[in-house]
Amino acid sequence: MVTVDEVWDALAEIPDPEIPVISLVDLGVVKGVEVENGTVRVDFTPTFMGCPALEVMRSAMEEKISALGAVADVTARLDDSWSTDDITAEGREKLRVAGFAPPTPRPATGTIDLVQLQRGFRCPYCSSTSTRLENLFGPTPCRSIRYCEDCRQPFEQFKTI
Amino acid sequence: MSERTDLLLSIADDELILGWRNSEWTGIAPFLEEDVAFSSIAQNEIGHARALYDLAAAELGTTADELAFDRKPEEYRSAPLVELRRLEWARTIARHWLYETADEIRLAALKASDDAEIASLAAKMDREEAYHRMHAEMWVDRLLSTNEGRSRLEEAVDELWPYALGVLDDALRPELRARIQERLGRALPDVEPVPRGVHEAELSELWEEMTSVRRSAPASARW
Repeated sequence: MVTVDEVWDALAEIPDPEIPVISLVDLGVVKGVEVENGTVRVDFTPTFMGCPALEVMRSAMEEKISALGAVADVTARLDDSWSTDDITAEGREKLRVAGFAPPTPRPATGTIDLVQLQRGFRCPYCSSTSTRLENLFGPTPCRSIRYCEDCRQPFEQFKTI
Repeated sequence: MSERTDLLLSIADDELILGWRNSEWTGIAPFLEEDVAFSSIAQNEIGHARALYDLAAAELGTTADELAFDRKPEEYRSAPLVELRRLEWARTIARHWLYETADEIRLAALKASDDAEIASLAAKMDREEAYHRMHAEMWVDRLLSTNEGRSRLEEAVDELWPYALGVLDDALRPELRARIQERLGRALPDVEPVPRGVHEAELSELWEEMTSVRRSAPASARW
């Protein structure tokens, strides 16, 4: 019989479909795992709501659970239970190493503003804080584009939500 | 249909149709950064529509896709503001700013709702919408910084103002007026709002295009 820990370990092997350096568990989207009579129930949340990776994440989890010999019951939640604060410390470091500035902590007000975004985020390549916001939007809904004035390298910033 | 479902469909239709309109800039925006921005905003809006349709679908015993694509144009509840096809930059920015401001006011009300499901979903949407608002506000700053920019923005806001009022219910309109007036530094005229339920001719054209692939396939098709 499969255990809850084994399921978590298996889910931790699934890379994020769009930023494969980080796993779904690092991303903090898996909200709960339950095992009962050979059925594994997993509760997860979308990151950004328009993210097309949602169904890819679901089927990847179903495959992993089937490979453990259990029946998968994977449910996506439609609530406010995920924010970028749920990305694990390990996940943030993996993002940085891959050239993505990790998201800043969510402000007390709940929503980020331009003043916060115009502060000196650290360049993931040279660690300079002389960086500027180039575009609030980027190649996927979760990313903004910044530019480092010191190493003259554009880089991607994981948005804080 | 319950009042709740009606509300969910109104907002979902606004987000779907505006998402579609925003996506019309993909590939042809004035510069690459805006191409990326409008495409990304479109993707978010359509994502919000999907979640709202999911909630409505649970109540109606149908699916989000059926709600999005299988209704007739006259059955949509979108506000005419989002239906307008305005492939001209000042009007696009004016519509974007007016809609995002109205949407913020509407989401604030929904976040305070007693309906936990709606309040929670509104909170999640709002955190993404914050980026749309910042983007709109940066453009308003940019346009207001020159005489030509200001006059183009103001002309577009005047044209769209009755439509913008039509996005919100009576109770929320004064707040929209106050915010837009404060930002422009002038009064806006007292006009009759263009109400929800009356559709612009452009909606039918959009619908033809938006549903064409789905209508071309048999009902049993799996996507």
